[in-house]
Amino acid sequence: MFRFVLTRVAMAVVTFLSITALSFFLIRAVPGDPVEVRAGERGISPERHAQLMHEMGLDRPVAVQFVSYIGEVLQGDLGASMVTKRPVLGEFLKLFPATVELGLCAMLFAVIVGLPAGILAATNRSSPIDHGIMGASLVGYSMPIFWWGLLLILVFSVGLGWTPVSGRISALYYIEPKTGFMLIDSLFSDDKGAFAAALRALILPTVVLGTIPLAVIARMTRSAMLEVLGEDYIRTARAKGLGTRRVIGLHALRNALIPVVTVIGLQVGTLLGGAILTETVFAWPGIGKWLVEAINRRDYPTLQGGVLLVATLVIVVNLLVDLAYGLLDPRIRHVK
Amino acid sequence: MSASPDPNAPLIAGDPVMAPLAPSPAIGAKPPGPFLEFWRSFSANKGALAGLVVIILVALVAIFADVLAPHSPIDPDAALALKPPFWQDGGTLAFPLGTDDIGRDILSRLIHGARLSLLIGVIVVTLSLAMGLVLGLIAGFFGGVVDVAIMRLLDIMLALPSLLLAIVIVAILGPGLLNAMIAVSIVTLPHYSRLMRAAVLSQIRRPYVTASRVAGAGTLRLMFATILPNCVAPLIVQATLGFSSAILDAAALGFLGLGAQPPTPEWGTMLASSLQFLQRAWWVVTFPGLAILITVLAFNLLGDGLRDALDPKLKR
Repeated sequence: MFRFVLTRVAMAVVTFLSITALSFFLIRAVPGDPVEVRAGERGISPERHAQLMHEMGLDRPVAVQFVSYIGEVLQGDLGASMVTKRPVLGEFLKLFPATVELGLCAMLFAVIVGLPAGILAATNRSSPIDHGIMGASLVGYSMPIFWWGLLLILVFSVGLGWTPVSGRISALYYIEPKTGFMLIDSLFSDDKGAFAAALRALILPTVVLGTIPLAVIARMTRSAMLEVLGEDYIRTARAKGLGTRRVIGLHALRNALIPVVTVIGLQVGTLLGGAILTETVFAWPGIGKWLVEAINRRDYPTLQGGVLLVATLVIVVNLLVDLAYGLLDPRIRHVK
Repeated sequence: MSASPDPNAPLIAGDPVMAPLAPSPAIGAKPPGPFLEFWRSFSANKGALAGLVVIILVALVAIFADVLAPHSPIDPDAALALKPPFWQDGGTLAFPLGTDDIGRDILSRLIHGARLSLLIGVIVVTLSLAMGLVLGLIAGFFGGVVDVAIMRLLDIMLALPSLLLAIVIVAILGPGLLNAMIAVSIVTLPHYSRLMRAAVLSQIRRPYVTASRVAGAGTLRLMFATILPNCVAPLIVQATLGFSSAILDAAALGFLGLGAQPPTPEWGTMLASSLQFLQRAWWVVTFPGLAILITVLAFNLLGDGLRDALDPKLKR
């Protein structure tokens, strides 16, 4: 087990260092050097250009710059935004709870709907229920989610007026950000209707962001269940006279869950990618919208830092999933 | 996949099981060839057939876009701005799906958009398949340090959400349809490499490869002529599914303003400016997305059907 943990951690560290290198070279791959990019269309005199290059340490050899960049990254210094001049890490941490809140709710939605749907499809194999669920999940899997968001806004916000068009909470309420999680903050605020308003604003983005993970989880649960249901120990359990509910719920589900849990872990990357689109559609003030704005403003330090942070997050989550998987299934950790 | 059976070969003579079955009309006088066998298995899947039909239709629309589209997809006409579809008050049959904010016929733009989407699919799949296949083949064939280096590199690419990686690449190259296609190709390449590597590893110890090596086949011949043809099935499936992710990702980039630029009638780009019309013109928002969904769904159905037909192991 120790050896298993060690190799996985070492691999994650290598990946992290490579991503750091990638984000370092990203800003250098952009046409024009950072000073020119910063000067924009106004242009800059050669003397001032050389002076700024020296101040920013950009006249040193690339290798030296790279080492000092890694040093800064490890100390949590990701540079400052070119637009707001504030540290990138601080901006990220301020917006991060909004994305986490949305992501957690989307994942919860996907699991709560997807898991039973997959079980239902597997236990009613080749019936209309199975075909219906699998058809719906294929549609969900094929969905351009930015359009799905627009469509839901069209029906539920514009048409029926049930939910707000955008944002985390109606502008009628002012919620002091204490935890950064709107649901928690609004629950403890003095305004009675604040929590309901926050919940209403959260529903559509949750459904939109959760749609693809939901489809993936339903499909995965179905195939894992079908595989397990064909095993000998299920026949044994049935032969012992256990009821269907007990066989499915206890014996089959527990074993079918292992691949499903892995898939759920792997959806974190999908979720962060989907957050870019979902947050743009719903004007949700999170990491995804922040990154898109950084690109549109050509704010490269923000993009560089943001990409590094998101990648680190995905690496850490994948590492945890890997380790949890090894813990759950001893067969994994003994294979190279 | 086995070599196609010799049609003149006699049925297994004296086989106790086969012989009595031979005269029955269901089983022909000769065994079905690999293609017929594939087609029987494939066409039993109604979803896959439906997907194939839709794709052929979309392809026909794309090919004959100039003939089919009633209006120009680019030229604006301010007098006709935001006309609703024909079944609503104020709509006319001249613009069956209505017009957008500067009076362009939405149907004509969708028809020309089909051409772009299929082109995006073809180019992205070709690029990523070619690059991914070669990388996977090299990794699987040579193994060792080369394998580790290539696979680690691909793992790094997979550590980033694919849309974010595509956005970063577009940020470096600059927005535009061509750069978006390059970005999506790079992002989807690891999937092909991993499949290819796994397939190569499953083949490389087989006796036929050793035989070919002993017979004096060179490295390139072994890689591309001996091993590659036996690894094609999973790649065909992945390439079909690759069409759907290419169309989706390119549309997403277009929506974010990083893909095809206006006035190009790309489906995702058409949606980019539609947010402001949510309140007054639902048709501007609805139809381009529906076109994306239907096309992507068709490719996914076809891909699933192909997987079932080509890979008997996955059949349940």
